[in-house]
Amino acid sequence: MGDATAAMSGPSGAKPRRRLSGRNIMVYGILIVMCMYYILPLWVMVMTSLKGMPEIRLGNIFAPPVEITFQPWVKAWSEACTGLNCDGLSRGFWNSVQILIPSVFLSIAVASVNGYALVNWRFKGSDLFFTILIFGSFIPYQVMLYPIVILLREMGLYGGLWGLVLVHTVFGMPILTLLFRNYFSSIPEELFKAARVDGAGFWGIYFRIMMPMSLPIFVVAMILQVTGIWNDFLFGVVFTKPDVYPMTVQLNNIVNSVQGVKEYNVNMAATMLTGLVPLVIYFISGKLFVRGIAAGAVKG
Amino acid sequence: MASTVRGNRWIRNLNSKIAALPMVITTMVVFVGGTIWTVVYSFTNSKLLPREEFVGFAQYERLWSNSRWLQSIENLAVYGIFALIFTIVVGFVLAVLMDQKIRYEDAFRTIMLYPFALSFIVTGLVWQWILNPEFGLQSIVRSMGWDNFVFDPLYNPDIVMYGLLIAGLWQGTGFIMCIMLAGLRGIDEDIWKATRVDGIPTWKTYIVVIIPMMRPVFITVLVLVTAGIIKLYDLVVAQTSGGPGLASQVPAMYVYDYLFTAQNLGQGLAASTMMLVSVLVVLIPWAYLEFGGKKHG
Amino acid sequence: MTKSIEVSNSIEVRDLTLNFGATSVLKNMNLNVAEGEFIVLLGPSGCGKSTLLNCLAGLLDITDGQIWIKGQNVTWAEPSDRGIGMVFQSYALYPQMTVRGNMSFGLKNAKVPAAEIVKRVARAAEILQIEPLLDRKPAALSGGQRQRVAIGRALVRDVDVFLFDEPLSNLDAKLRSELRVEIKRLHNRLKNTMVYVTHDQIEALTLADRIAVMRGGIIQQLAAPQEIYNRPSNLFVAGFIGSPSMNFFHGATTEGGMVFESGGNKLSLDGYDGGAVGAREEAILGLRPEHLEIVDAAIPGKTLPATVEIDEPMGADSLVWLRVGDVPVSVRVPVEDRPEHGREVHLKVEISKASVFDSGSEQRI
Repeated sequence: MGDATAAMSGPSGAKPRRRLSGRNIMVYGILIVMCMYYILPLWVMVMTSLKGMPEIRLGNIFAPPVEITFQPWVKAWSEACTGLNCDGLSRGFWNSVQILIPSVFLSIAVASVNGYALVNWRFKGSDLFFTILIFGSFIPYQVMLYPIVILLREMGLYGGLWGLVLVHTVFGMPILTLLFRNYFSSIPEELFKAARVDGAGFWGIYFRIMMPMSLPIFVVAMILQVTGIWNDFLFGVVFTKPDVYPMTVQLNNIVNSVQGVKEYNVNMAATMLTGLVPLVIYFISGKLFVRGIAAGAVKG
Repeated sequence: MASTVRGNRWIRNLNSKIAALPMVITTMVVFVGGTIWTVVYSFTNSKLLPREEFVGFAQYERLWSNSRWLQSIENLAVYGIFALIFTIVVGFVLAVLMDQKIRYEDAFRTIMLYPFALSFIVTGLVWQWILNPEFGLQSIVRSMGWDNFVFDPLYNPDIVMYGLLIAGLWQGTGFIMCIMLAGLRGIDEDIWKATRVDGIPTWKTYIVVIIPMMRPVFITVLVLVTAGIIKLYDLVVAQTSGGPGLASQVPAMYVYDYLFTAQNLGQGLAASTMMLVSVLVVLIPWAYLEFGGKKHG
Repeated sequence: MTKSIEVSNSIEVRDLTLNFGATSVLKNMNLNVAEGEFIVLLGPSGCGKSTLLNCLAGLLDITDGQIWIKGQNVTWAEPSDRGIGMVFQSYALYPQMTVRGNMSFGLKNAKVPAAEIVKRVARAAEILQIEPLLDRKPAALSGGQRQRVAIGRALVRDVDVFLFDEPLSNLDAKLRSELRVEIKRLHNRLKNTMVYVTHDQIEALTLADRIAVMRGGIIQQLAAPQEIYNRPSNLFVAGFIGSPSMNFFHGATTEGGMVFESGGNKLSLDGYDGGAVGAREEAILGLRPEHLEIVDAAIPGKTLPATVEIDEPMGADSLVWLRVGDVPVSVRVPVEDRPEHGREVHLKVEISKASVFDSGSEQRI
């Protein structure tokens, strides 16, 4: 009877799907294992930073703390020593903030105007400069370090915050200009023509037509610059003096200092503190972050 | 309504030229000028300060007979080859897995990509801690019973570059995965439909159809990863400081030390010129393929 | 710069040349547009029609020549100083501004007093019947509404010259014919000079006082629509205007130019309106589908033998495709008169509506 009905009807309705097919187990299995590799360091960092030194010496770095302490964070922020200064990472944090704000503002202002000029107000040679700019972004920074030291020294900016701001503006220019150029060229040219017929000039069109239309790309550029500048080490160490070192440089000096007993919990707290700014940006911005770095990928 | 006179070539588009001035200065003074300066002074015997005392290729001869430089090149080659292979393979495989219409795709992506938001300094310091033989991975495996387990890349000159590699891959593969995934998503859905109708197995479709179609993405990734490898510096500084001994020295570190601490400018500039040459070796064929071909084809 | 005295011409283009690098886009062009005239620039893509419009607007810098608008030499003037309004294909509305903002942006830039702006926007909105939309953003408008706003933006400028750059190309067929009528009505009401670029010959034929047919940066013919349709000045214009295209027969004119001979068939040129044709070894006879008639019996010197192939009924008319020797020929007939396929028939030629072209120069004789 059962056989007969089955033969009569054959398959009907939705095709059955197996949740736990071999293929799915493999796909999810590999992804989960890889995710553990990616998550592990963050886990270890947080756990270590919440333990006391005795517990670290005895225990397992992966284990959660038996007794949670925030002392390492406090110490990393306000007491950790670099050289003779023992006022913690807070100094580096504020230095970084002071570098970050003008650098982000200046680099985006310059690059967005560049991109706008390259799309809508091309002049003889503008595309040549752009090509050099893009190829310049592939030149190893090491090649240009010393000439920039000389230039900054001549300008009296070497060693200070403003010199570093200038360097970030210069080296942020290729990728940001590309980003803005690509975005502006996706805006219909007729809009620009309409604005010219309406009597708006170079700056009028930039501020009143282009900028209000491009807020998302300004946000993307900001994400790109904040994380990039915050994470910079090389320029910080080359172009600033120890008392204006950005946070990333100071972090390395604290953790890799050879004097004194190693306090791994303080080190991890310091590392966490430094990584917190880009991480917060990353988690808040979500898809925009991906868009920003993807824009960075399509150089040329 | 008087017609404004604007016959002069220079006055035309003046605002645009003024606005582009920072770009012009950057390209001409810093990029072109700086590069030329470095190349020119790499032929001098400048020590603490630049001097126009030309010594031909003497700095380069010294460079290529310096064991530290040779070691740096070897280290970078080892790191580079493995980084390239692993980044591309892992990046692609992860992207393919992510493209299987899986659940929680956003969560997976968030986890894989977050290391890319962190600096190489943070990356290096974390992995320095995890790979610490006294407290880290090695001690945990030992405490689980394998008493003779040895994994101490940061203390063993033979495998220290692999220790860096683990950290470097951790930081960068998520990013490559994202680019690859974007490339996969950019492929026309109809291609997939056609291969399903033709009965081609999925794995074979990837190898025979998809990978060849993604050639531009692979080339982009290749260029990005290579440029990153040549610049490798921060990670080494944070994780190993170039040690143990000279076992994890890299060219960028050599340049920095000779320019700013060893007070041997000519030598540092010669080394940085070599870095430039190595980038050009990658860049020129790529630029030729990307742009040279299009103009004629 | 000398002031022009003749004000009757609204736009004068004198010897205009435009080169992009080595390629010449517009070649030594001259064009006079009378006050209140509606001129359509028509041609295939790449013919330079939009480029010419952009030059008139001042959006492109020309290489040589002069442009005069309303008696002013505006060759070097900024677009906003030329006394023109412009409407674009993609509407080009500023997305972040309301309709009102879009329409008043130009006036604000020109420092027009606020009260005057309000007045002008209100008037334009009334003319175009877009008052209820004034506070909306462009994204909330339909395609047709957007194009009305774009026209409104040109209207508020209170200028004498309107430039339209394919304004209806982005709209669907129904809206396109509606707005076409509306533009014509607008022209009748405002009596402005209008220069209108399109590749759609229906728009050109319905709207224009005169059509300038362009190809390769050169105006091929500048004349009233009927003139262009009936007496195309060369082979290109003849083939470009009219749908389906004109039928062409290659042959020769014999007997002192009194007879056109092609593939053994002879047609008398008696009654041709181009005057004396003269004897030519190679000539082309052009006949529009509606100037041919299917008849059963041959009339010497007035018909061509043909075989019916297929037909395409199009409602009232049917387009019948036949073959005269090797040449495919289309004929327009009332739908009830469709002949059977494969039938041998004759085509009666209305020679007074025909065009004869010289094979070498491709000019109409």
